[in-house]
Amino acid sequence: MVETDLSKKWNYLRKILERSGPFDTEAFTPSSDTLDFLHNTCKILVIGAGGLGCELLKDLAMMGFKNIDVIDMDTIELSNLNRQFLFRRKDIGKSKAETAAEFINKRIPGTKVTPHFCKIQDYDESFYRQFHIVVSGLDSIVARRWINGMLISLVRLEEDGTVDQSSVIPMIDGGTEGFKGNARVIFPTLNACIDCNLDLFPPQISYPLCTIANTPRLPEHCIEYVKIIQWDKENPFKCALDGDDPEHVSWVYEKAQERANIYNITGLSYRLVQGVLKNIIPAVSSTNAVIAAVCATEVFKIATSCYEALNNYFVFNDIDGIYTYKFEAEKNPKCLACSTVPRMISINNPSSMTLQDLIDYLCTNVEFQMKSPGITTMINGKNKTLYMSTVKSIEEQTRSNLTLSLHELNLSDGQELIIADATNPNSIVVKLKFTDNEVEMY
Amino acid sequence: MSSSVPSPESDKSRKYDRQIRLWGDHGQNLLENSQICLINANALGTEILKGLALPGIGSFTIIDQNLVTEEDIGSNFFLEQSSLGKSRAKCATQFLQELNPDVNGESIDENVDNIIANNSDFFQNFSVVVACALNEKSLIKLSNLLWDLNIPLISCKTVGFIGTARIQLKEYCVIETHPDNKHHDLRLEEPFDSLKEHCEKIELGSKVPWLVILFKHLEAYKVKYNKIPQTYKEKSELRTMIRDSMSADEENFEEAIKAVNSSFGGGKPNSVLQEILNDNACINLTKNSPPFWIMVRALKDFIENEGKGYLPLPGIIPDMTAETSLYINLQNVYRAKALQDADIVFRRVQELLEELNKSCDWITEKDVRLFCREAAYIAIIRGSKISDEYEKGSNTATIASELENIDSLMGHYVVLRSQDRFITEHGCMPGEIQVDIDTARVKSQASKLLNDWGINISLNDDLIHEICRYGGSEIHSVSAFLGGAIAHEIIKIVTRQYKSLDNTIIYDGINSQCATFKF
Repeated sequence: MVETDLSKKWNYLRKILERSGPFDTEAFTPSSDTLDFLHNTCKILVIGAGGLGCELLKDLAMMGFKNIDVIDMDTIELSNLNRQFLFRRKDIGKSKAETAAEFINKRIPGTKVTPHFCKIQDYDESFYRQFHIVVSGLDSIVARRWINGMLISLVRLEEDGTVDQSSVIPMIDGGTEGFKGNARVIFPTLNACIDCNLDLFPPQISYPLCTIANTPRLPEHCIEYVKIIQWDKENPFKCALDGDDPEHVSWVYEKAQERANIYNITGLSYRLVQGVLKNIIPAVSSTNAVIAAVCATEVFKIATSCYEALNNYFVFNDIDGIYTYKFEAEKNPKCLACSTVPRMISINNPSSMTLQDLIDYLCTNVEFQMKSPGITTMINGKNKTLYMSTVKSIEEQTRSNLTLSLHELNLSDGQELIIADATNPNSIVVKLKFTDNEVEMY
Repeated sequence: MSSSVPSPESDKSRKYDRQIRLWGDHGQNLLENSQICLINANALGTEILKGLALPGIGSFTIIDQNLVTEEDIGSNFFLEQSSLGKSRAKCATQFLQELNPDVNGESIDENVDNIIANNSDFFQNFSVVVACALNEKSLIKLSNLLWDLNIPLISCKTVGFIGTARIQLKEYCVIETHPDNKHHDLRLEEPFDSLKEHCEKIELGSKVPWLVILFKHLEAYKVKYNKIPQTYKEKSELRTMIRDSMSADEENFEEAIKAVNSSFGGGKPNSVLQEILNDNACINLTKNSPPFWIMVRALKDFIENEGKGYLPLPGIIPDMTAETSLYINLQNVYRAKALQDADIVFRRVQELLEELNKSCDWITEKDVRLFCREAAYIAIIRGSKISDEYEKGSNTATIASELENIDSLMGHYVVLRSQDRFITEHGCMPGEIQVDIDTARVKSQASKLLNDWGINISLNDDLIHEICRYGGSEIHSVSAFLGGAIAHEIIKIVTRQYKSLDNTIIYDGINSQCATFKF
């Protein structure tokens, strides 16, 4: 639809953009050019068209941004409709990105929302480079870290080693869980990034395997048992367990109930089974509205320079009254993603530590939290893949390395490992430091 | 308080699954039976209703006699170009209703003052009334009317990057407050008989829950020192005793050592609860007393008699490394005692109902069990009238002391109130046309206001200048922030869960910060 000439439509934004005020930043000059920039030049990427994404698209379009891209790989489900307000019942099964884009373009003529029904990993640098600002509303930490790594890799340095400011694409990241949420403003390489403070994310709940198998006490333990052990053993539907398939969920519910009865465990419910199987995070429309609004406000501040942007982390909780708090998350000089210094890993027993131990360390250590690291290195001037799980043929070839010690793999003190993982689009370099005395004698 | 619980596989239950996990089927039922009235469908108003229509309130009614302007279309998502010049109430109702077919929407193109003056019964059936950017005079009338009807009122507005909301509630009683860090009430210091018997039968080993390990060592400590460990040093001594009895690296003993710090001190009413127990509404029940206060009274009687100073046991223990049957048996000891306590409270409730000539099924056993489980954390919030705040000035001492603090958002409050007075006097928003002249006018309103309150502090002019720069602009993302927050406050009020805002919030979008005040 074409925007008919409503000359006073943007009058409210004009009062901010065409007048001066006592709290303006130094970079701000009142002018009609700024609104023109928002309308015609500024390109925003919204990552995720879910709870936060729908709100972000509405907020940004209402704040005068007309060129917006949205990327989301998911399709619409019934349980989205309590908060993802651009979707209707008839849209179930359709692409979130496409449906959301169509809705906004129709409601606010003149806005061009371009949908991308795919994964963020399907695009490379040339796609991400075209945006002025990236806003993310994701439920996955891995995806957050990936886009964070991508934006860091777009930062160019001047000849004197300083950052080329024009290559820095600000990232505004929002997150919600129940009645809690946060928003943060990241200027890649200039302030704290996602990987700088991975400890700010709540730890994932996991139950020890021996508890699940031998001493279950909670209904959750019974559900996990059916999910991890019983499903594969009995394979009732001759396929992988699907938490969205009601027949699968019912089967798990029934079996978990049987197990709970044996152990006299109470409190199992169908809803709990669904929650554990799909790792469901409770979500409500109001928290998403609040956090997306904070993110959109920050995008507006950065795009127009009208006020200083949030520095750099905002927390919201409305369980008891309304509580907000802001602080400056600190840049981690040893950050895996935004620091150029190779990361050291101290190894004090290279003759007993196996490659599998090293991989486990990379997955469980709070500062790495990797998913399925692939490791290569240089030995005698040649590239050697030590292990890689993502390509089947290479996995088979390198599997035997897992049980070898670092010594047996001919790795030495100061060895640089190149590690590829889903948490970053680029490989990172890690340096091994052997603290064992006998190593130094070699 | 009966309620129908749909099966979790039902359509409605699946649609609302992500929120039912927060407030339960009983909360969802209350929400679905609520009726919300909105006065003025500006961007803030429609954002609030969006946050209520999506989770599935029963119905909403919009009162608004304005016609849609171009500026409305530029700031309000629930209007579109074709709405221009039409009834704002009607257009907004239509677009909001599309959000959720379960919700009923109605619109009334009338001046709210006429309704207040001629048809005051109109408001009677609403669960909550929200007034957006309502002028002082109408707000004061509405405040008095709804206070007398005992219907919660929320007054709110945004201008530029600043926003505020004020809740007027007579009395709000909450059983399920959902505190973030619930303390487990384990009664180890003064164990009940069945817990003692249970623990004494068990021999320590690697399969025993830490709670039993801690129980035994605490008993030994009590014999040795004739008291409960309280100081850091005393607790360290208890930890050493546990460590010394450990034969190898045993997870359950380690858990017991960790638990020394967090396992004592539950079961006695804290000062907040004590105040509720001593409240006049608890001590002097009348036939108008709501179920909440009858249960509070039964609770008080329990604590003072059978409980010997303790609350009814919640009966919930944390998960701990242990063999299944040893854990389940221990869990059952706590649950049995909790049921026993709740039963005593329930019988007391029945006696009270009889004394008050109420039907004995007015409060069910299920209600009392829930109440007993949550008893340590119940809350009441008593509010004040907006009309008193506007006409008499409430809490002026706090205003004065806050204004001394340069970082306080109380200055924003005063400026927003000065803006209200400006609007009353001049019939337009400050800065709509002339920023400088209006800045001086709002400044003089602020001086008058502070003078009325007997406060001798002058305000920072910058904020007044900034408010006039806004010239009454409504910025979408600012209204979206406040709209989301207010929608949730309304959900709290109608589901009677979580503690509501008490009673004013100021949002400063320039610096991404909020402050709350009580007037």
